[in-house]
Amino acid sequence: MSLDATNEIETRTRRNTSDLQQSRKGLVKPVPFRGGGFVHTRHRLIAPLLFVVLVILWEVGSQTGFISNIALPAPSEAAGAMSDLFETGMIWKHLSASLYRLVIGWSLGSLIGVFVGLAIALFSLVRAGVSPFISALFPIPKIALLPLFIIWFGIGEGSKVATILFGVFFPTVIATYGGVDNVDRNLIRMGQSFGLSWMSIVRKIIIPGALPAILSGFRISASIAIILLVAAEMIGAEYGIGAYILMAGALFATDQLIAGVAMLSVLGLTVGWLISRAERLLLSWRA
Amino acid sequence: MELILDHVSHSYGDVEVLSDISLSVGSGEIVCIVGPSGCGKSTLLRILGGLEKPDHGAALIAGEPPSDSLNPLTYVFQDFALLPWRTVEGNISLVLEDHSVRKDKARAIITDVLARTKLSEFANAWPRQLSGGMKQRVAIARALSVNPAVMLMDEPLSALDSQTRELLMDDLIELWGQVGFSACYITHNLAEAVRLGHRIVMLSRRPGKIREIVDIDIPLSERINHPAETSAIQRRLWEAMRDEARAADRELSDVA
Ligand SMILES: Nc1ncnc2c1ncn2[C@@H]1O[C@H](COP(=O)(O)OP(=O)(O)O)[C@@H](O)[C@H]1O
Ligand SMILES: [Mg+2]
Repeated sequence: MSLDATNEIETRTRRNTSDLQQSRKGLVKPVPFRGGGFVHTRHRLIAPLLFVVLVILWEVGSQTGFISNIALPAPSEAAGAMSDLFETGMIWKHLSASLYRLVIGWSLGSLIGVFVGLAIALFSLVRAGVSPFISALFPIPKIALLPLFIIWFGIGEGSKVATILFGVFFPTVIATYGGVDNVDRNLIRMGQSFGLSWMSIVRKIIIPGALPAILSGFRISASIAIILLVAAEMIGAEYGIGAYILMAGALFATDQLIAGVAMLSVLGLTVGWLISRAERLLLSWRA
Repeated sequence: MELILDHVSHSYGDVEVLSDISLSVGSGEIVCIVGPSGCGKSTLLRILGGLEKPDHGAALIAGEPPSDSLNPLTYVFQDFALLPWRTVEGNISLVLEDHSVRKDKARAIITDVLARTKLSEFANAWPRQLSGGMKQRVAIARALSVNPAVMLMDEPLSALDSQTRELLMDDLIELWGQVGFSACYITHNLAEAVRLGHRIVMLSRRPGKIREIVDIDIPLSERINHPAETSAIQRRLWEAMRDEARAADRELSDVA
């Protein structure tokens, strides 16, 4: 990382002092350099490169029989399963079913979560009444409630969307009111001192101030949504990435299973990328 | 318009912070309030501007504020209080938006106050790009934009280094020459008080009482040419304040 930087600095110091060092015959030596390191430098290529290397090692391992085909299918086989999905067009069926649930569940959960979080942060009555419930319900694995959701919302889309919605709701509430609590009080007092209305203070000071926290909450809730999506699709879904993975598992078609997992990874990366874009767009004032 | 504190006392819990303070800020007058830290200066200013209710006494307004004043009592804070997600221009328009100022009128006001505070070329800069002195100029521009009857300034230069402070003091004096604003200017820095104050009110340590009031007749713009007189006043104030400051420094306090 910055080892190279360290070396460079050391050689430069040596060069500058070398005359002195010679003239004083070893009585003078440079002060040992102890800084450097602990700085993040961006290395864009490392991750893709490492990924490719790992896949190649894996493929070689499978081809040579070092990795048993029963334990783990070769990447080429998983790629074959993936291309089957594209050829039959099934990928679009699975993907659209999953995306539909994900988008609806996550959007509704986030929307309601942000509103409830704001209400908790802004009104002490709501905070006193609601926040203990949030604390009590947050740690419950939503998947444990799936049977209840099926009874309440039906075996179809309702229960799946509800699982995601509830899973997304709680972390969003907590991120939102934590974010509002951390808005600089002095900025709010400034708003009051200039006679801004309550609504203006909320819209122009509190919400933008809480936005960084809300967006990093979105990052977490999006991952939770994907986890819950797969879990919910494993019960009574015909299409969807989760249903595909479950089916593959039941048939011990491990190549399809890996293909399904790869789809989830791509989904996760895409969502992460979208949120990064949103952050760069909405929080451009920070950079 | 005149802003008056009438026998104000205030406590937080058992801690008496202000005790029977009366003073007034007249039109076009800069009143400096000095006192050791923790003596209740910020509290006094919050009461003056209606951000806090005193236990006893009252903050009063005598006469009508100018009709074109959007926010008669306007603060300038020590920590600038700029919104980091708005540009310089956006921070100023923030305080005009709620007063239903017409778009073109608002533009004219913003251009004017930016020019007065020498910020014209920074209209689109983000606060994070500005130095402390520039940030405080923005805050002063923002305060001017609502045409205040009295500016309430809480140690506006205390977060700045001493060179920047000198520059801003000069700018404030120049600005006062142009606009003739009135201000209640809080500071713990006697040099600032002697440069900027028409009247200096010295508070004792907590609970803050008025210890001394000094009027300085030398016009603001000429004070730089009267170093002997101003430093004599400053020295006299320091003599009076030294013991208070030492005692305040050695006090234990539970509240931040
Ligand atoms: N909101 C508050 N609650 C309780 N105590 C406070 C509050 N604000 C200030 N104080 C206390 O009142 C005293 C005066 O504070 P302040 O007015 O900020 O002093 P100064 O600005 O002169 O340094 C201090 O001891 C401070 O700790
Ligand atoms: Mg203070």
